[in-house]
Amino acid sequence: MFSNPDVLKFIFGKLSFDSLPFHEPILVATFIGVMIGGIVVLGGITYLGKWGYLWREWITSVDHKKIGIMYMILGVIMLLRGFADALMMRGQQAMAFGENHGYLPPHHYDQVFTAHGVIMIFFVAMPFVTGLMNFVVPLQIGARDVSFPFLNNFSFWMTVAGAITVMISLFIGEFARTGWLAYPPLSGIAYSPDVGVDYYIWSLQIAGIGTTLSGVNLIATIVKMRAQGMTLMKMPVFTWTALCTNVLIVATFPILTVTLALLTLDRYVGTNFFTTEFGGNAMLYVNLIWIWGHPEVYILILPIFGVYSEIVSTFCGKRLFGYTSMVYATVVITILSYIVWLHHFFTMGSGASVNSFFGITTMIISIPTGAKMFNWLFTMYKGRIRFETPMIWTVGFMLTFVIGGMTGVMLAVPPADFVLHNSLFLIAHFHNVIIGGVVFGVFAGINFWFPKAFGFKLDAFWGKCSFWFWLIGFYFAFMPLYVLGLMGVTRRVSHFDDPSLQIWFVVAAFGAVLIAAGIGCFVLQIFFSIKNREKLRDVTGDPWGGRTLEWSTSSPPPDYNFAFSPVVRDQDAWWDMKQNGYVRPLEGFKAIHMPKNTGTGAILGALSIAFGFGMIWHIWWLAAVMFLAMVVVGIGHTFNYNRDFHIPANEVIEAEGKRTRLLGNQA
Amino acid sequence: MVVMNPAGDIAVQQRDLIVVSTILMLIIIIPVMALTAFFAWKYRQGNKSADYAPDWHHSTKLEVVIWSAPLAIIIALGAITWVTTHTLDPYRPLDRIAEGQAIPADVKPLTVEVVALDWKWLFIYPEQGIASVNELAAPVNTPINFKITSSGVMNSFFIPALAGQVYAMGGMETKLHAVINKPGDFEGFSANYSGAGFSDMRFTFKGVSQADFDSWVAKVKSDSTGLSRDNYLTLAKPSEREPVHYYGTVDNSLFSAIVNNCAEPGRMCMSDMAAIDAMGGGGMAGIYNVVNRDLNDKLMPGRKPVPVLDGDVAASTVKSYVGSLCTPTGQGAGGSLTQANYSKPVEGAALAPAASAL
Repeated sequence: MFSNPDVLKFIFGKLSFDSLPFHEPILVATFIGVMIGGIVVLGGITYLGKWGYLWREWITSVDHKKIGIMYMILGVIMLLRGFADALMMRGQQAMAFGENHGYLPPHHYDQVFTAHGVIMIFFVAMPFVTGLMNFVVPLQIGARDVSFPFLNNFSFWMTVAGAITVMISLFIGEFARTGWLAYPPLSGIAYSPDVGVDYYIWSLQIAGIGTTLSGVNLIATIVKMRAQGMTLMKMPVFTWTALCTNVLIVATFPILTVTLALLTLDRYVGTNFFTTEFGGNAMLYVNLIWIWGHPEVYILILPIFGVYSEIVSTFCGKRLFGYTSMVYATVVITILSYIVWLHHFFTMGSGASVNSFFGITTMIISIPTGAKMFNWLFTMYKGRIRFETPMIWTVGFMLTFVIGGMTGVMLAVPPADFVLHNSLFLIAHFHNVIIGGVVFGVFAGINFWFPKAFGFKLDAFWGKCSFWFWLIGFYFAFMPLYVLGLMGVTRRVSHFDDPSLQIWFVVAAFGAVLIAAGIGCFVLQIFFSIKNREKLRDVTGDPWGGRTLEWSTSSPPPDYNFAFSPVVRDQDAWWDMKQNGYVRPLEGFKAIHMPKNTGTGAILGALSIAFGFGMIWHIWWLAAVMFLAMVVVGIGHTFNYNRDFHIPANEVIEAEGKRTRLLGNQA
Repeated sequence: MVVMNPAGDIAVQQRDLIVVSTILMLIIIIPVMALTAFFAWKYRQGNKSADYAPDWHHSTKLEVVIWSAPLAIIIALGAITWVTTHTLDPYRPLDRIAEGQAIPADVKPLTVEVVALDWKWLFIYPEQGIASVNELAAPVNTPINFKITSSGVMNSFFIPALAGQVYAMGGMETKLHAVINKPGDFEGFSANYSGAGFSDMRFTFKGVSQADFDSWVAKVKSDSTGLSRDNYLTLAKPSEREPVHYYGTVDNSLFSAIVNNCAEPGRMCMSDMAAIDAMGGGGMAGIYNVVNRDLNDKLMPGRKPVPVLDGDVAASTVKSYVGSLCTPTGQGAGGSLTQANYSKPVEGAALAPAASAL
């Protein structure tokens, strides 16, 4: 029976032994490494008997703090994968000149740059940003959790499921060879008949569900769960930027979903939305994907602007300059980000008036962005600046980001874009703003809020090493790309003829190695901080002289965040409380109503991986069964009425009493 | 740096625009960077002599400055953008060949039809009746009108020394107007990733004197190969690092057929399809044809075929209606869409085999 091709096709779809990359030594070695690492980790967990702990305390947790931390862990793991791709590209481009074709044939190289882009945006930057918002926002607004704690857990596991789907493509089949936005017709079935694009589609669709729902959740949280007295114009700036970001997510991710769904129909059932014939039009896809894609850029950078705002005012010991104009700048950027998408393809033959419109709207965004830069600058003015690790990252950002902003405005001038579009100048520009903006901000944020999450600070020495390697590495890696762009070198090229270009690529590769050292220092920073945690311990809950509510509770915060909901009178609520002799209540604690943990999110995530796998490999029975299972589990969860509990008053008294004693010892 | 030191008037103006916009922005950027460094140093915690104003957080005067200074720069840059986007619109015919040099009355623009193929460039000179692969020549100081399309995948036609790029897209024609002012060999390539052979999808753009151009044309004309439909379809098969070669004659309807997706035999031109749709469409017959279309018939000859599922085999042999409207080729009939028939035209009546094979 197993020799019958029809039966085999029914059972395995397009999957066969040939789908496994035994002939790729790099992949085989990676696979062995991953297997050994996996066995060590899983064996270690088993040996220590931690499976129950992991399941109860983390996997099933609906606590926004734990989910936020798990998002950050996901981001770090995927950063290692995405950065390995970057090193491979830099290595290839530094050596592939003339007769030397490098070590990556196009078939492999094209997957690497596609995976690099997809992973860095969707599974590194997005988890980092979502993780920070998840952890910080409820604490900043004085809430005990997000509005929909189960939804939060479900969103996280869908994001993980998307990431796992991408990782599976490394070892079973292959990933897309289309570039990170998978423009048709190249991504259509005629030019990409293998499963690469299907991996791309289904991993993004699965993760996209998580992102959209998490956006809904955080909007509801910010709108409905702010502490008493926290009017909109008294919200911390980070919460403001988080609100705007989640509005962007909810408004734009459905566009991505629909666009990919149309591409799916083209590939699976032979429709012609984006083909070159039967009325199909690839330009439609390019427009749609960028109507999502440009706001996506602001989804990443806006909350990070919020991070910098919090850090600048904290470490300057000074109220943020121009809070109101900061808020308006954020809102203006949010709105404008919807009407600039065409600047990604001025070269597609739009008329001059259309191009001018989108060029000028793009430039207008630089006005509120510039205002933000000035606001941070004047917050430093007459401040008392403590150069702790988060502040160093922030100053590094301010000096680096303006360069990226400048080159961005250059690219917004359509005739200039005609010569710079798709060039390495463009690559340098967006890495300048994403690394110099988002990544620096994520590290600043990690260093800033880590003591809140774990009760001890991160090691400053290794943090500073990490910063300097990243900063110098960034300039070495990307300034040559600006030059190469002006030399007319385009992106995604795996082999060059002109030997005069090589030196620039070698310098860029050196920069990438420096950045690798920066990542290494970050890992060491975490390691040494955990090792020396008693020395780095902070018992006050307010290690930096914080200004917003998250610093008013203990570190790590209790499950319920706040024993009593705080009352807010001023923008920097905690600073205001400290200035005006706030006394922490020591009695009157009551039982606290909390949501119960649930495994449904993780189960749905696992089912969605199997569903996606079935769709990718055309294993229809698997996809159908898994889809049905997801529906059943989802509906089944609604019949679970046992989903909340009360933390008894005596446990609250005990926890708060412990904090009182710690604070007393401190004083 | 070719982008900063180009050889064509359009690219020169684009270079100037890069320089002007950079200078305009540096008016803001330099003070911001200097102030950042200065404030970071001056207001460091160790400097107890610096002022400390922990509650100072608002100044209407400063707010006006920090919003209006970037606004002023953007107004200036926006005005420049509006004007130059129109004057440098790639679709706009040139009105000069260089700064202060109008187009001489006796100079007629050169038309070049550009086709991005997997993975090489085909240049058709309709006025000269010739074509070349991976080599483009044009006389200096003569306006060139490019008409650009692609056989399928999206590419971008870019000669940095000459002018900015424009996308080459299947089923569509884009335009570019440019002029080369200095003689020389310049690099051209695809600036939009298009698949495995993309990296080597390069060509040489030769800016030459009128006399040299004429002799180049003569050299191309002397090539005995003609660019017929069949030769085009052979050329269109995916290949990498295609050497330069010429076609002494060209089928004049070819470019329009490529744009309309009907260079292959047995394909209905999109213009005809649009015309049928404009008159009310093909009705149920048209829909029936679309539904029964085999995925393989979308493929260019030579491309790896899609694995055919059992059901599709039946579908591909089902008679369809639009097949009978397909354009016949010069040599034979509108044939079926199997690969074998591309090189071996079906003999016999023009319409009958198409209808049965499709």
